[in-house]
Amino acid sequence: MKLELSKVVQGCRLGVLIGIGKTGQHSLELPGCLLYTRCATVPHLTQDTLHTLTYLPAGAQVALDGLAEHHEVLEEFKEGVRKFAGLHDTALFCSLHDPATNCPTGHVTNKTVSVWGSGGRIEMTAARFIAMQAVIQPDCYQSMADGETWQTNTSRKRVHKAVNRTLAHLDECLTLHHKTPQLKHTEVFGVVEGGDILEERVRSARETAKRPVAGFVLDGFQSAAMEQELRGQLITAVTAELPVEKPRMLQGVGRPDEVIACVEAGVDLFEGFFPFQVTERGCALCFDYNVTPDPEAAALSPPTVLELNGERPAVEDPKQNDVGNTGTMTQFEINLKDIRYREDFRPLVEGCGCYCCKNHHRAYVHHLLVTSELLAGVLLMLHNTAHYLGFFRALREAISHERLQDFKTTVTKVDFGGRKQLH
Amino acid sequence: MNKVFKMAAAASATRAAPSDMAAAKTAASAASLALHVLAECPVSKARACVLKLPHGAVNTPVFMPVGTQGTLKGVTVAQLEELGCQICLGNTYHLGMRPGPELIEKANGLHGFMNWKRNLLTDSGGFQMVSLVELSEVTEEGVMFRSPYDGREILLTPEQSIAIQNSLGSDIIMQLDDVVSSTVTGPRVEEAMRRSIRWLDRCAAANKNPHRQNLFAIIQGGLNAELRKACLDEMTKRDVPGFAIGGLSGGEEKDDFWKMVTLSTDHLPRGKPRYLMGVGYAVDLVVCVALGCDMFDCVFPTRTARFGSALVPWGSLQLKQKQYAKDFQPIDPECQCATCKRHSRAYLHALFKSDTAAMHHITVHNICYQLTLMRSVRDSIIEQRFPEFVRSFMKRMFPSSEQYPSWAEDALASVNITLD
Repeated sequence: MKLELSKVVQGCRLGVLIGIGKTGQHSLELPGCLLYTRCATVPHLTQDTLHTLTYLPAGAQVALDGLAEHHEVLEEFKEGVRKFAGLHDTALFCSLHDPATNCPTGHVTNKTVSVWGSGGRIEMTAARFIAMQAVIQPDCYQSMADGETWQTNTSRKRVHKAVNRTLAHLDECLTLHHKTPQLKHTEVFGVVEGGDILEERVRSARETAKRPVAGFVLDGFQSAAMEQELRGQLITAVTAELPVEKPRMLQGVGRPDEVIACVEAGVDLFEGFFPFQVTERGCALCFDYNVTPDPEAAALSPPTVLELNGERPAVEDPKQNDVGNTGTMTQFEINLKDIRYREDFRPLVEGCGCYCCKNHHRAYVHHLLVTSELLAGVLLMLHNTAHYLGFFRALREAISHERLQDFKTTVTKVDFGGRKQLH
Repeated sequence: MNKVFKMAAAASATRAAPSDMAAAKTAASAASLALHVLAECPVSKARACVLKLPHGAVNTPVFMPVGTQGTLKGVTVAQLEELGCQICLGNTYHLGMRPGPELIEKANGLHGFMNWKRNLLTDSGGFQMVSLVELSEVTEEGVMFRSPYDGREILLTPEQSIAIQNSLGSDIIMQLDDVVSSTVTGPRVEEAMRRSIRWLDRCAAANKNPHRQNLFAIIQGGLNAELRKACLDEMTKRDVPGFAIGGLSGGEEKDDFWKMVTLSTDHLPRGKPRYLMGVGYAVDLVVCVALGCDMFDCVFPTRTARFGSALVPWGSLQLKQKQYAKDFQPIDPECQCATCKRHSRAYLHALFKSDTAAMHHITVHNICYQLTLMRSVRDSIIEQRFPEFVRSFMKRMFPSSEQYPSWAEDALASVNITLD
């Protein structure tokens, strides 16, 4: 695995991660996101429906939360989870936890971490953790880590312990990894912990960087846990300690505005769970991410997608839109269960090329949601994934063409003082 | 939906006048349906046909999957097309409630609303009203029932049912019939049968689009041969594009069931399609094709899929059971569906614990199973080897001939197919 950086603009790194996989056949464009899966399936989608998406990222994510209970089966199967699941030819990254599920905390010990399957808690030592990786056979995995520092009022002592444990787990995992033949072509990412304490973050970063890892996972920065400003500062401090030539993956952050801010702080790779959360709350991503190609035309820039569609902002009172454990609705989406879409025969997003927008209209998706039909999840997952991946493509282009300020203004509707002005 | 009902109620006749029968005749002559009989089994009553409808040709015998609320559960229309489905069902009752006929009309009918380019058949709403909701009263006017959504009383008349189906724009529409459970006996059965005839005439008169929407009659009469025969005699006097055999497949004894099916096909015209409603189990399909039926619908294959039950030529696999956890074969090694080409029983078993996609995989497979079965049946009729097909089908389905259902043996024997 090798990171080829082409450009750094305002802290944002543009590049390609090449040589991923057994024969080094996969490459991931950065900044990018991994395709989110549950038990190695993109939620709601069969392979037919998944492949209506034209631009699939070259990497997908699985989590031990979803796979640990299938250890025995995978062991008997012998050929790894990608083949077991009939997943397409993609690089596979294995994380500890499912980013879209809230797992109970309080079960980490000095020697173990726990994951949560359909049957309950599964405890793992480093040995069991590596044994799991051996039967999953991902192309890359994060080392075992203690990341339970994101709760409010986590003590300094606890954060310090998390950093120490995670380093100890990393050392043990690396030792076991090199003794495991099935993991010969698999890379290990070290995990940077440290909660919200600057000194601990720096310590964790420095120490992890000393180990022979292929890249770094930044843990404990989950969206729910931390304000973006603090997150940005801490990530900047962390990435300053990490080698430039190794990729940095951030866990638990997916909102478009937060993604941009974290890319500015030095993050390369994200988990792609956000479109799934949007889908589960019956919403469709609709935010604009198109920056006018010709800067001179910026003054006459076309109305945003939202304006074109005659929308009012989707969220007027954020508090009113809490939809339980699928998270709060954001400014980046529309709630298709809303009665206003009942007779709206336009596609979810005008100009979107996804299967849903090419074949169906808002009124139909609204009907599916109101009648609790399974097809709603299929169509929304397709659209939301397509839209989100389009956002990442546009982000890379914006960095490439040095139009980051305009891009930020477009996406967040906050004026970042680029050539494009918000009216 | 309330408004439509109330408006149509004011206009509806309560007795079929002679002019209605005439209306049925002229309406039918403008119908947009043609049945070409390609082959007939020389031994049994099975036939293989091509049914030409406004949205394309349908090969019969055909199994029609049920897409109740304008969607076939988690399967996209693209997948449905890919599976070779040429016609599927929508439910007038459900769609009439949500989103309602006015909205669907604005969306260019049900075809436009769900973006299905091939054929659609809608039922009248009658069966759901009896099976799903608290039935208030059936009168000559129509069926009065209580809406599950707001508790109000709604009257569904033949005219209203047709009005909704006209808005839906389906290629085949069903008359509103007076539905009585097949386990009911006594004078109610005859009353319902006679009323269904009168309602047929009212439905025919109410059909605004006879040139693109084909109204099927529904033969009633319960399990009473005389009543069935009387119904057949009367309804076949009307020149409707097709006939459905109704009032069966509702919990009656199979021994009574098949006799009514075969009686019905004996008296239905050769040149018009015969639609046996609510039948979908593999054995029932094969036997009823032998008895002369062309079209079938049932929620069973798609419903059972969502419970993890995969249909195979030798029965079904309950994939959620532990025994499949390490079974690395596909559901059916000979099946050509996307699920079987890519996934194992073990993976589907695991996936059922995590994600809805598991259900979609099985739904796709089960539809493929049903459509493939019918295709095989059809090919065997065309190639004049239907009786051999039936024998090998039964052999595959049952471990030994002692386990052949006796009703099926009797039914097949009645059309000269013996199982050894």
